Amino acid sequence: MVNYSDKIREISKRLLKDCKVDMIIGFRKGSVPMMNEPHFARTAEDVDELVWDSNCGINLANYLTDRKEKIGVAAKGCDSRNIVTHILENKIKREQLTIIGVPCKGMIDKRKIAGLVEGEVLEVTEDEEQINVKSSGGKKSFKKTEVLQENCAVCIHRNPVVYDEMVAEPVPEQTDVDRYEDVRKIEEMDPEQRWAYFDDLFKECIRCYACRNACPLCYCPTCFVDEAKPQWVGKSQDPIDIRTFHFLRAYHCAGRCTDCGACQRACPVGINMRMLTKKLEKDCKDLYNWEAGLTLDSRPPLDFYRPDDPEDFIK
Amino acid sequence: MDSHRINQLTHQRINQSRRDTDMKIVAIDKKDWEKGLDRLREAYRLIGPVKEDRYHYFRELPQGQAPDFDFFNTRISAKEIVYPQSEDLFEYTLDETKEDYHLLKEVEKDYSPKAVLGIRPCDAKAVELVKLNFDTDDYKDPYWLRAWEATTFVGLACDSPCSTCFCTTAGCGPYHEEGLDVLLADDGDRYVAKVLTEKGENFMKAAGWTEGAEAEARFESGKSAAEEKIVSTVSTEKLRSADTLALHGNEEMWEDISFSCINCGTCTFVCPTCWCFDIQDEVHGKQGRRMRNWDSCMFPIFTVHTTGHNPRGTKLQRVRQRFMHKLKYFVDKYDAGIMCVGCGRCVQQCPVNIDIRRVCDLMDRYGATDACAVEG
Ligand code: SF4
Ligand code: SF4
Ligand code: SF4
Ligand code: SF4
Repeated sequence: MVNYSDKIREISKRLLKDCKVDMIIGFRKGSVPMMNEPHFARTAEDVDELVWDSNCGINLANYLTDRKEKIGVAAKGCDSRNIVTHILENKIKREQLTIIGVPCKGMIDKRKIAGLVEGEVLEVTEDEEQINVKSSGGKKSFKKTEVLQENCAVCIHRNPVVYDEMVAEPVPEQTDVDRYEDVRKIEEMDPEQRWAYFDDLFKECIRCYACRNACPLCYCPTCFVDEAKPQWVGKSQDPIDIRTFHFLRAYHCAGRCTDCGACQRACPVGINMRMLTKKLEKDCKDLYNWEAGLTLDSRPPLDFYRPDDPEDFIK
Repeated sequence: MDSHRINQLTHQRINQSRRDTDMKIVAIDKKDWEKGLDRLREAYRLIGPVKEDRYHYFRELPQGQAPDFDFFNTRISAKEIVYPQSEDLFEYTLDETKEDYHLLKEVEKDYSPKAVLGIRPCDAKAVELVKLNFDTDDYKDPYWLRAWEATTFVGLACDSPCSTCFCTTAGCGPYHEEGLDVLLADDGDRYVAKVLTEKGENFMKAAGWTEGAEAEARFESGKSAAEEKIVSTVSTEKLRSADTLALHGNEEMWEDISFSCINCGTCTFVCPTCWCFDIQDEVHGKQGRRMRNWDSCMFPIFTVHTTGHNPRGTKLQRVRQRFMHKLKYFVDKYDAGIMCVGCGRCVQQCPVNIDIRRVCDLMDRYGATDACAVEG
C-alpha cells in the first residue's frame, strides 16, 4: 500500500496546483502504533505528510460535514458510501468534492493485535499481505486477513462507489462472506439471554460519545442525549440511560449505516456497538433490499415515502 | 492558593509523616499478602486493579479477590475512586402530602475507610492536582474531601512503564511519592513498602505488615532503572514565559492540532487530572435527586449559555481550551507545573490520535519564540 501514499500525494499536488480544490483531506502518520490521524493539506508541502496504510479506519466522510470549501478527499469503500449519504442529506455538495478513490483490502484491528502479542505493542509495519508486530515481549507476524477489523473482514464493498480518480485498480470484492452470522446468533437468543447480552455489552460504557462523534451520520447540531429543553435522556451512568442512548442512536442510523466500523474503532473501552447497527442494516437488506450509500439516485428507505408502499399502516 | 503555600503544605505533610513514621520500609512476604488483605478488610473497603474483558479497571475487591498487579495502567484513571463519574448529592420529594416535600436532603454515603491498592504514582500525584480545585481557601468541596479523607493511597511503583508514559518530564515519575500513603515495589517473592504517612502506617498495622526491612537500595535502584525506561518526554520549560494571547491567537497552529478532533469526552474522562463536572436534577415520578456527573470541555454543550449563545462554539476553541488549561492557564495560576502527570491515557485512547506530547512541545516552542518576537 506504500504506492497508495505516493499516488494520493501525486493526485493531491496536482489538484491543489490546478486550483481544482482548496484542501485535501486524508491521513497523516500517527504518533502511536496502528493509528493515523485525519489531516488536511492546503499546500504542496502539506501534502507530503499524507499517508495511506492499514490504519486508516476513521471515516473521512465525517470531516466533510457542512464544509464550504472545494475538497479533495481520499475515500475507501465505506467512506465513499458515507459520502453518498452525506450528499443525499445535503451535508456536502457533490460539486464541491473531488473524490480520490482508494480500493481497500481492509483495516487492521488494533485491539485484536494488542491481544495477540506479549506485552505492549511498540511498532507495526506491513508488507502487502503481512503485518509485522514488534512488542515489548518480542516479534510476531500475522497474515493481514487474520487481524482485520471485524467489519472489514465481512465487507463486500471495498471499492469506492463514487470517485473522480482512483489511486489503483479496483480490488476483487469478497463474495464468500457471511455478513450476519453474529447478528443471527443474537436473534436466536431468547429475550432474557438477549437482555443479558446487551447489559453486558454496554457495561463499560463511559458515555464519552466517541462512537457517535466518529460516525459521519451523527451530525445533528444537538444530539438527543445532549438536548436539555426538553431533556430526553438522563446524563448519569444509569445503565438504562446508557442503553437508551445506544438503542436510539442505532435507530437514527437505520438505513444509513454503512458498517464502516469507525464507531467501534473509536471506542476507548472496546465496546462493539455495531451489533445494534448491524441488526438494522440486516433488516434494511431483508425488508427493503437496501444497502446504504450505493447510489445517489435513491434515498434511504426510512427517510422517504413511496405511494406504492406495500404496507397499509402508512397510508 | 499560591504556589508557595502549596509547597509549604506539601512539605509539611511529608515532613510530618517522615517524623511520625521515620520513613519506615516494611517487607511483605507474598505468602502473607492475601492474609494481610483479609485482615485489612476488617477495617477498610479495598479497591484495586481488576481485569475485565480487555482492560484493567479499579474495582472493589470482595473477599477472596486480590488486586491484579500484572498491568501497565488502568484504562480509566483512579480519580473515580474519590470522584465518581456520577454521584448523587441530594434527594428530594415533590409529593406535597409529605412533610419534607421540596427539601433537599443530603444523600447518605459510605465514607468509611477505604484503601486503594496498586494506584500508580502518576494517578496519585494527579489526585493532589485535582485537590487544588476541590480544596481551596474559599471553597471546600465536601463530597470530594470526605471521600479523599476516607481513602488510603497505596501505590505500586512502575517497573515497566509504557512507551507512552512521560511522567518524568511531567512533574512525576515511576517512583514518585506525592499523594501516596504507602509506596509498594515488587521485589521478587516479597513486596517492599515505603510507609510515607500516618495513614499509611495505620494501614500497614491493620494488615499486620510490620517487619522492617533494609530496602532503601531497592527503591533507589528501582527508581533509576524505571526512570531510564521512560522513553517519552515533553518540553515544558518555556510554557510559563509564553505570551498567553499570542499562544491563544495562533489559529494556524490550533487548526493543525484540532482538525481531526471529534469532540468526544475520551481524553478528559480518562484523564486523572481533569476535574470538570455538571450538576443535574433528575425526577422519577415524585422522587428527585440532584447529582453531579463528569463533564468535558470538549463537548459543545459544556459552555452553552441559557440564551443559547455558545462562547466556545467551534471545535478549534474547545481543543484550544483543553490544552491551554492544562499547559498554560494552570501553569500560570498555580505554579505547580502542568495539569498533566504524563500517564499517557489520552495519547493511547484518543480515537483520532491527537497527542498531548506533540501539542505540549508545539506550545512550548511557539510560546518562547513568539514571546521574544513580541517583545523584541
Ligand atoms: S454507525 Fe458506526 S458503522 Fe455505521 S456509519 Fe456510523 S460509524 Fe460507521
Ligand atoms: S465510544 Fe464507547 S464508551 Fe464512548 S459512548 Fe460509545 S460505547 Fe460508550
Ligand atoms: S482530542 Fe481526541 S479524545 Fe479528545 S475530544 Fe478530541 S477526538 Fe476525543
Ligand atoms: S492529559 Fe493525558 S497524559 Fe496527561 S494526565 Fe491527562 S490523560 Fe494522562
